Parts: sequence; C-alpha cells; structure tokens
Amino acid sequence: MSEMNLVQAINAALRQEMRRNPDVVVLGEDVGKVGGVFRVTQGLWEEFGDERVIDTPLAEGGIIGTAIGMALYGLRPVPEIQFADFIYPAFDQIVSEAAKYRYRSGGEYPCPITIRTPVGGGIRGGHYHSQSPEALFIHTPGLKVVCPSNPYDAKGLLVSSIRDDDPVLFFEPKRVYRAVKMEVPDEEYTIPLGVAKIVRPGDHVTVIAWGAMLYEALASADEVAAEGISCEVIDLRTLWPVDIDTLVQSVQKTGRFVVVHEAPKSCGYGAELVSLLTEKCFLRLEAPPVRVTGWDTPFPYTLENEYLPLQHRIVPALRETARY
Amino acid sequence: MVQTSSIDTPRRPTPAPGQHDDDVVTVIGPDGQANPATDPRLGVEMERRLYTAMVRTRIVDQQLERLQRQGRIGFHIGSLGEEACILGSVAAFREQDWIFPCYREFGALLWRGMPLQRYVDNMYGNANDPVKGRQMPDHYTGRPYRFGSVSSPIGTQITQAVGFGWAARLRRDPIAVGVYFGDGATSSNDFHTGMNFAGVFRAPVVFLLRNNRWAISVPVERQSASRTLADKGIAYGVRAVRCDGNDALATYAVVREAVERAARGEGPTLVEMLTYRLGGHSTSDDPRAYRAQDEVEAWRRTDPLVRMRRRLEALGAWSEADEQRWRAEVEAELRACIETAERTPPPALSSMFDDVYAQRPWHLREQAESCERGPRARAHGHGGGH
Repeated sequence: MSEMNLVQAINAALRQEMRRNPDVVVLGEDVGKVGGVFRVTQGLWEEFGDERVIDTPLAEGGIIGTAIGMALYGLRPVPEIQFADFIYPAFDQIVSEAAKYRYRSGGEYPCPITIRTPVGGGIRGGHYHSQSPEALFIHTPGLKVVCPSNPYDAKGLLVSSIRDDDPVLFFEPKRVYRAVKMEVPDEEYTIPLGVAKIVRPGDHVTVIAWGAMLYEALASADEVAAEGISCEVIDLRTLWPVDIDTLVQSVQKTGRFVVVHEAPKSCGYGAELVSLLTEKCFLRLEAPPVRVTGWDTPFPYTLENEYLPLQHRIVPALRETARY
Repeated sequence: MVQTSSIDTPRRPTPAPGQHDDDVVTVIGPDGQANPATDPRLGVEMERRLYTAMVRTRIVDQQLERLQRQGRIGFHIGSLGEEACILGSVAAFREQDWIFPCYREFGALLWRGMPLQRYVDNMYGNANDPVKGRQMPDHYTGRPYRFGSVSSPIGTQITQAVGFGWAARLRRDPIAVGVYFGDGATSSNDFHTGMNFAGVFRAPVVFLLRNNRWAISVPVERQSASRTLADKGIAYGVRAVRCDGNDALATYAVVREAVERAARGEGPTLVEMLTYRLGGHSTSDDPRAYRAQDEVEAWRRTDPLVRMRRRLEALGAWSEADEQRWRAEVEAELRACIETAERTPPPALSSMFDDVYAQRPWHLREQAESCERGPRARAHGHGGGH
C-alpha cells in the first residue's frame, strides 16, 4: 500500500501494465521526457524508452489514427489527449473509425485503444481547458466511457480499460488530480467496467454523480443529512455501458433521484439517465427527476463556480426533491 | 531591410493523356517494348498474371455496374481505367506486407487472395458478406489476406497505416504497409498528419496515391496548387516518386523499390500514380455533368489494358485466343458467384447487434430482444449511395 493521489495512481497503472505487457504503449503530446503537462506519464519514458513512450507531433487526429493502427496490429496503445477540449480534431477517428472497426469489419478487426484525457472544470481553464464531452461518446455505439473519482478506482479501472477488447474513453477529473489522496495497493488489481459503487447508502433520494462532482454530491448529502434527508450517493465509475441494475435498485428504494454533471444540461448524459430510470421506475417515482448540471453556455472563466453544479446548487435540489 | 525572395514554382500544366514529365517513371512504350532502364523484369508468367488480373477486374467492374443499373445491387464503386495502378502496386507487396485500402481497390483485394464469391457477397450484403451486410457494397474487409477494412471517410486509413507500421517496427517485423487513397484525399487532414507522422517516425509505409484526376466532380487542379502532388512529400521529409499509373510495370517497379526500402527501415515513400478515372465516382455519379467527353475519349486511348496486352503480344505471350478464353472463364466464374450470392439470404436479424462490442452489454441485449419480438420491416432495401 502507498498513499497516492489520482495522478500517481494512474501513473502506477500505466507503469504496471507496461511492465506486464510489452504491447502497451503510450503516445501523445509531451508524454515523454516531461511526463505530460499534468505529469501523469512521468518516469515512463526513462523506463520504457522512445519506442513505447512516444512524443508525437501536435495533431490529435494523428495521435488517435496512429493509435488505431497500432491496435489493429495487436498492440494496446494508450494515447493521451492533453485536454478533453482538444479531442475534437480526433473526433472522426474516434467516432467513424475506432468505434466502428469491430462492427464494420464483421468482427475481423477489434480496436482496443484506451484514450486517456483530463476533463472538467475547477482549474480556472476557461472554455478550452474545462469541458466535459462524455455525452458525445456515450452517444456513439462501440465506445466505452469511464470516469474514476478517486485514486484506488482510477488504478483498477485503467487496468481494466487497457485490458478490455473495446475502445475506451478514460476521462480523468483534473480538478481532483491532486486533491484526493488515499491508500492504493502496490499489487495488481482490477475494477470491472460497468459496475457502479454506492459510496453513501441512504433512503430518501438517490444522487448519481461521477468524477469531481462526486465530492460535491457527498458534501451536499452531508449538509442535508442534518435536516433529516438521507441520500444514497452513487459513483457511476463507468458511464457507459452504465450499471443499470444498481441505479434501478436504488431508485426503486428511494423513488426520487438527482443527477449531477458538469456538462451542459440539454442532451447531456443526465438526460439519458433520467429517461432510462423513468422508463424502468416510472410507477415508483415520487418526484420529478432533477438534473443539476452546467448551464447551456460555453464554459466560462471568471464565473466558473457559478457554472459548475457545486454544493450550493445541489443542496436546494436535494431538499426540493425530498419534499416534493 | 529584410531580403525577400519568391520561388516561382507554377503548377505543372495539365499533361495530354499519356504524356509525362521526365521524372515520371514509365516502362512500356507505345510499341509494347519495355524500357530496359526501368523494366522490373518480372518474367513472362508474372506479367501474364498481372494482365489477367487487370482484365478480371475490368470484367467484374462492368458487370457490377450493369447489376446496379438493373437494381440487383445497390451500389458499386469502380476502378475503370485504374487497373494498372491498382494491380501493379498491390503486386509489388510481399505476402507478409499489409494493405490499407481506400474503397476503389477491390482488384487489390482479389489479388491478395479474397475469393471472388466473398467479394460478390459483399456487393449483395448477404449472410456470407465478410462485413455481414453492415456496410455499403465495396466496403469490404480482408484480414486473412493482410488487407484492411474500408470506411467511407476520406483519408482516415492514412494515419492508421502509419501506426500499423510503427507497431510492426516495435515488434521487429520487417514489413511494409501500403495505403491507398486518391488525389482528393491529399487535401484531407489525415493525409497531412499521416505524411508528417510517417516522416518524423520514419514509418515503413508506402503511400499509394492514385491520382485519377477527379474527386467526384472536382478536378485535381482544384485540390492543390502544388506543382505536383508528389511535391508534397518534400515538405514532410518523405521520399516521393511519380510513375505512369496506366503502366502496370512502371507502377510495379517504383512501388517495389518503395516496399523494399520501407521493410529495410529506410523510411516511407509517397508514390504518385498518374492515371485517370474513366468511369463515374460511383454508380451514383454521372460525370457527363462536369467533364468533357473529349477528355474521357482521349484518356480511353491510353487504356492500361491495351497497353499491357500489347506488351505481352510483343513478347509472344498472349493471343486473341488467350483473350477470348480468359474472358469466358472470368465471365462464367462471375456468373456463378452472382447466382450464389442472389440465392444467399440476408444476414440474421440478431447479427445486427453483434460486434458492436466484444460482448453484448445489457442495453444491446435488451434492444435485440425488443427488435426480434417487434414488427418486421416489409423488405430489406438496397437503395442508392453516394
């Protein structure tokens, strides 16, 4: 066991998988000598060299296209997109190519790549260093989408993602890269994809969150607990395919739920979660489902904390839902 | 004062069909004789194999176009006039090498060993289609033949070929990767990125640029102001050569050298194969709307099949009787494949939900069940295409 933050846990997962399997390679902008702009890949270049820790030219479409080619050959590439906000030049390669390769080739060509990229606000990054584009990828058949909230989960989920035979978007909540520390086993372990975690059991309202917003959800649950509202907080961990059973069981118990996410509200992932749970729990619902999300604006700089669905906006939503 | 200079490199004037600048490699002369300085000396057997494959490609193309006009298949994307550049280039790769196709190279797929029946099944999208009826015709896949999977977006296969080559080198496999694309794709993001990455990584890739002069309705002059498309290699530090793409032996010669260099670790090559798209972009296109028939007729006189046949006849290795016999053989084989494909049922309904992921997740199990229990469509259509 070692105390690690999220950056160190992801680094440990990469190092472990690269030692274990020579087919695992890391590529991206600044991932080599400098170890990434967030230092997530620090030390890998020294240990594994130029051929497996590859500083690429500055073109996201090239990073993902190259990684896809490597995966088709049989490698397990882990490309990094420096910020999720810069993933769009690679959108065609992810959506038209990686996501469809297995299907369009009748199963001949699996495409096991794990695209790591920091997401979310809270670092005063403005439009282009803050966005949460998960819904675009959840909407694309063929992709899996993961977003850990803590170092232990990050290591176990990244190992599972790299070993998974399908393309995975691995979103890293950069707001809590260094803010959360916990004991992480030095030995190998995995956390299966598609399994959510009830991080705080409760009876009155189900709160669904992931990544950095999980901590806002937990703080909000603490605050309303003093008023007698008991929240069941679920960390999705894998966004897609979602752990529907855990969600349905919880909502069947509470009859009320709130979804929290940073991305804009309209057509955000919360919309899909509300639809799914309404379809499956309609007769059990005792209050309208509520989404506490980013506004439908570009991500702002100065007013970042007004944009983000922080505790000050979650708490009233929990109260209203509980008392509806 | 800052000294300024201008480099005057005007676009090469449009050549007359079959006329080429000095840097364009050619082998077969108008009399059917090979230029001894450039002749790859393949031997009669190999030259016959090349020619017969070109003829087979042409016959299949023409028949598929007829089937589309009769409404028996939905779409076809042909290679009329480009047979020499497609077959001459693919023949230059060794068995251990890999090909990343565009969508106009079924001739290369057949050369690599795909049975004609499987290709025709792809045209029908039936239960035996290698892509299980999931894509339009001519979007095939051929992993057993070290041949990639076709997608419609332009140029996306180029960066993938570079990554594939990088991976091969990491595993110390001395292979070359060939990647096909057209002149239109030289304007795409992935062409620039792929060339740039390949130059930086010295990836073992041969960029097979079929310059057929037309990207649907847009002529090559509208794709680029470069003097030639091969000139683009200079900016990326990628070796570039041009060949007469209507000359199968010239194409073979330059591609073979590029394959050997790549496999030896000497880096990538861009091969600009100068040819002409005699047909439409696809069966959905009518080129009479945007180009003069005179131009097409002039290029028809440079037909790569005629040129290769003249070469074989000059060697005494082909006759009219050989031609008749071969054509009859291909036509009979194709007829049988079409009959079989037309008798083969469509893919099973539940197969629509396979291969999205390695295993079906809960939501696809749920949707597959709902689809299977639900109402059926009246027919499986095969409408038009792009």
